[in-house]
Amino acid sequence: MSSLISLSKVKKSYKLGDDIIVEALRGVDLQIKKGEFVAITGPSGSGKSTLMHLIGILDKPTSGTVSIDDKDIAKLKEEDLAVLRNKYIGFVFQAFNLLPKTTAVENVELPLIYSKISTSDRRARAIQALQDVGLGERLNHTPNQLSGGQQQRVAIARALVTKPSLILADEPTGNLDSKSSQEIIELLRSINAKGNTVVLVTHESDIAEEAKRIVVIKDGLILSDKAVKNKK
Amino acid sequence: MISLAEITKLAIKSLLRNKTRSILTMIGIIIGVSAVILLVSIGQGLQDYITNSFESLGSNVIAVLPGKVGGSSGFSSASAPNFAGTKLTQKDVADIAKLGGPVESAGAAIQVPGSVSNLGKSKYTTILGLDQEYTKIRNLTVAKGRQINDADVRVNRNVAVIGTSIQTDLFGNSDAMGKKITIGGQKFEVIGILSQIGSGGFGVDTNSYVIIPITAAQKVFGIKGVQAIAAKAVDKDSIPLAINSIKKLLSKRLKDDEFSVVDSGSIVQTINQVLGALTLALGGIAAISLLVGGVGIMNIMLVSVTERTREIGLRKAVGAKPSDILYQFLIEAVVLSLGGGMIGVGIGALGAWGINHFIQTSVSWWSVALSFGVSAIIGIVFGVAPAARAAKLNPIEALKYE
Repeated sequence: MSSLISLSKVKKSYKLGDDIIVEALRGVDLQIKKGEFVAITGPSGSGKSTLMHLIGILDKPTSGTVSIDDKDIAKLKEEDLAVLRNKYIGFVFQAFNLLPKTTAVENVELPLIYSKISTSDRRARAIQALQDVGLGERLNHTPNQLSGGQQQRVAIARALVTKPSLILADEPTGNLDSKSSQEIIELLRSINAKGNTVVLVTHESDIAEEAKRIVVIKDGLILSDKAVKNKK
Repeated sequence: MISLAEITKLAIKSLLRNKTRSILTMIGIIIGVSAVILLVSIGQGLQDYITNSFESLGSNVIAVLPGKVGGSSGFSSASAPNFAGTKLTQKDVADIAKLGGPVESAGAAIQVPGSVSNLGKSKYTTILGLDQEYTKIRNLTVAKGRQINDADVRVNRNVAVIGTSIQTDLFGNSDAMGKKITIGGQKFEVIGILSQIGSGGFGVDTNSYVIIPITAAQKVFGIKGVQAIAAKAVDKDSIPLAINSIKKLLSKRLKDDEFSVVDSGSIVQTINQVLGALTLALGGIAAISLLVGGVGIMNIMLVSVTERTREIGLRKAVGAKPSDILYQFLIEAVVLSLGGGMIGVGIGALGAWGINHFIQTSVSWWSVALSFGVSAIIGIVFGVAPAARAAKLNPIEALKYE
């Protein structure tokens, strides 16, 4: 079975100032298959954010190949990457990143605008996605009328609404209390149970334990990559 | 790229999210555009007024005025006619009328500011002493009764033809025909009411003229001679010829600086050139505030891009292309400037309408079109730099922005 996302010998370095070059990734091989629930974890500065950006097609590698659905992204232009992101990736961020003074349903509609879906379809799909995350009663609430956990649910609905191949959650519980955190993790698990591929980036090991597979990264290299046993 | 209609919707939604700021930003453009519309409408109104009032003088009319009038080299040598020291006489009028050839006819006039009264009601106005020919050349027709004729002039009859506003001011609703009015201590019988002329304006009401026989005016006001001669050329093409022959005739008797021969068309042209320049200058000054408004838009858009860095990052992450972002911010700037332009045109036109009660204004279509065009261009020119900055933002950096 071919991988949804495949990274092969991926290196990524950044220039800091004029002559300091930071090697964030130093040769990473990673395959993520359809339907997986993968946690990427590691201490800060390990390169997990860089890895997340590459998986999310927000960035291109310095060397090596990143392919999504067997398409190499190396030669694609910024405009084409945007199309791929819209089609394949649903992002969930630590800071929620909802548009202020904008209702939940309008926030969820946002990615659909860029996939050129008609206005009426957009509304119907956004409402459906919000119902799926349990916010059917909060369609017209603006972010400041919602709790942190509810805001993150809106963000998850926004990630799901395009029916992407991959939900990419970057520290989704970082701004939440433990009760809300648990609810969000449960939601991600149920999304995965419905067949969606979920990649969870976190530095908290107990959160990472909730996934089915844990990839530990350190100093730009994969330290370990193994399935989680004895799942609850 | 997503459709322009879709991007416009996004842009308008974003502007509505920050209503106060959007309106404040538009005020610069609103003031600029309404100032352009208003000032140009005043200049245009002035031109229309001059043109209309000269057109009402009649066509192919040549004016002979005492003293040196105007001057071909523009402002510096321009001067007003010397009515008080006129050397023109009734004989000159007769001589011009007899010229024949390109000259069809000639009439004489004197013009004196004075008051007319009836039963205690009095009005200060312009009293014209005319002969029959002059009234014909200048198209001074009556709506009621009859105009001054040769017999009135010959026997120095105390009769008057009055404008409609004199009728209203002195007689109210009752008919002035046959009644007596007092001019310079003498009674004059009203024999005709002038046809309504134009809408007036600038304090000169052409409907407040009082016309009496020139001979009566000379006697009442103690004026010797003629203050203006109106000559009519047979057609438009013979105007220069007629001017030449009148000049030749008069220079036999008068010095060069004692009379001027001008045609109304060239006067209108000269005045309108000056007024046109004035209108442009006024519009230009107003346009500077439009430019300042544009800089205001640019400033706010730059602030907005910085403030919305995370939003831009998010939009890019969920699939917005750089061009989508570019057009959204560009259209936001254009909507601000065009919206301001529209409101400005409305306020300017409303202001022009209000001022029209005092002085004549005319909102010209070109000033409206120009204001619209300029405000759209301002939106694009001043919006493109902030929009380009937004489009270039790296989504990773933008999402991390605090």
